[in-house]
Amino acid sequence: MIDQTYDVVVVGSGPGGLAAAIAAKENGAEKVLIIERDIELGGILLQCIHNGFGMEIFKEDLPGPSYAQRFIQQVSELGIDTLLDSMVLEATPQRRLYVTNRAGGIRTIDTKALVFAMGCRERTRAQIRVPGTRPAGVYTAGTAQRWVNVEGFMPGKRFVILGSGDIGMIMARRLTLEGAQVERVLEIMPYLSGLSRNYVQCLQDFNIPLHLKHTVKNIIGNKRVEAVEMAAVDDQRRIIPGSEEVILCDTLLLSVGLIPENELSRQAGVQLDSLTSGPLVDSYFHTNVPGIFAAGNVVHVYDLVDWVTGAGREAGRGAALYAMGKLPASGACIAVRAGNNVRYVVPQRIDAQVLEQEPISLQFRVSRPIEAPVWLEAAANGNSVTRRSVFYARPGEMLNLPLKPEMADGLRGAKEITIHVNER
Amino acid sequence: MNSMIDSDKPMEIICVACPHGCRLEATRKDGEILISNAGCKRGKEYAINEITDPRRMVATTVRVKHGIHPLLPVYTSEPFPKGRIEELLREIRAVEINAPVKMNQVVLENALGTGIDVVASRDLV
Repeated sequence: MIDQTYDVVVVGSGPGGLAAAIAAKENGAEKVLIIERDIELGGILLQCIHNGFGMEIFKEDLPGPSYAQRFIQQVSELGIDTLLDSMVLEATPQRRLYVTNRAGGIRTIDTKALVFAMGCRERTRAQIRVPGTRPAGVYTAGTAQRWVNVEGFMPGKRFVILGSGDIGMIMARRLTLEGAQVERVLEIMPYLSGLSRNYVQCLQDFNIPLHLKHTVKNIIGNKRVEAVEMAAVDDQRRIIPGSEEVILCDTLLLSVGLIPENELSRQAGVQLDSLTSGPLVDSYFHTNVPGIFAAGNVVHVYDLVDWVTGAGREAGRGAALYAMGKLPASGACIAVRAGNNVRYVVPQRIDAQVLEQEPISLQFRVSRPIEAPVWLEAAANGNSVTRRSVFYARPGEMLNLPLKPEMADGLRGAKEITIHVNER
Repeated sequence: MNSMIDSDKPMEIICVACPHGCRLEATRKDGEILISNAGCKRGKEYAINEITDPRRMVATTVRVKHGIHPLLPVYTSEPFPKGRIEELLREIRAVEINAPVKMNQVVLENALGTGIDVVASRDLV
């Protein structure tokens, strides 16, 4: 039975949402509800049938559905309510939700704290403006993944994949295992956008050629894709004339990035970061709207599900504390800024009083790759607050720098803290 | 693959044991394989296996009847010999089972005589 009022409501039941709901309950929220638009809990993990999940949290190499099920089980054991096959139509800044489904019509649910965990959407052809005709056979990699792994049909026989994101590479392998031919993976940037391990076990293992600094110049075909014209690009990503090559194929998959899905957040008055397309948050993943938190990929795109779970837990804990009136009142806010070779940092603001109590982990990505040892450094008031060294920095692989309570002294009076990644 | 490494030319191996993607170097000295740049013990193990007996986790689907979905995701309970993956997939394609299925339920026992089972990745009602 679904009630009309809750302590914590979580929108979305992927890894971020599941972790947030579990953490909310474990941290003292009595009435917790998850709202999910699919017919079952788990989100995109259910279509990610490949292994590689859970290495950090469970020290096991699990497929996506197994990873999800461990949390789904906890949700059920903890007595968390779930509302499946249901869409949240609108969320207000006062944390009232308008929800609809086939059985219940439209209902309103009020909650003391709200966690947005809607995840991401894939960038589509329209967003990257690929020229050419508009035949059938151009799909996003994640859509194809759902078809092949859950619904049980193949979207084509001969593929070209644009973009070297993880989903694209994983689909290259998956389609090959199902008997399709993957002709090429094209990446416009001079480096891989997904993880190196996926290059090895998805492309190299199956001799699928990866062409860096290449893109699709034109899509050919009337009713169905018949070929794509690929071309090399220069350092400014301009097509190099004369480099064109026509590749016969019947399907073009796009793995060209994910965009946090924040329609509801916007309606609720949540401010978004133009770099991440996710909410501006503090270390509890609390947005600018009191009582509204954000969990997982809706904030920024993580490389690993384990980290999404970690972020979801923080958001869920924050939401429970807020619901119980125990979230520390915001003290002096310090803005976190992206410095040398840093594209963005999450959280975008931290609270010195919170840091005195507990460590805070800063997560960020570099703008360009450095294949040599680097310093990850936080600086405030012109001084170094902390730094650590890593072997290399790549845009496709998220970095983190922990701030410890003993560093709170060095941040006293600071208005901002800046993160730099410099070669050692 | 053994012949690919000798003491003069180190072979680069990108580790897939975890998502860090360390770039390891394998060299051969007096018949022994030496691994450098490994970030952890598992990486070293992976690199040696990659040269002597490469294996991969295999994940795919099998047909399921009377379930909420037409397919059940399955995976090998441990890394499977790389050279026999195609053969394994042919075997798996012939499998069809009935819902309900429990997570870790064995779908194909002792696949190709390797001692490795293929198991369900989730419950399916």
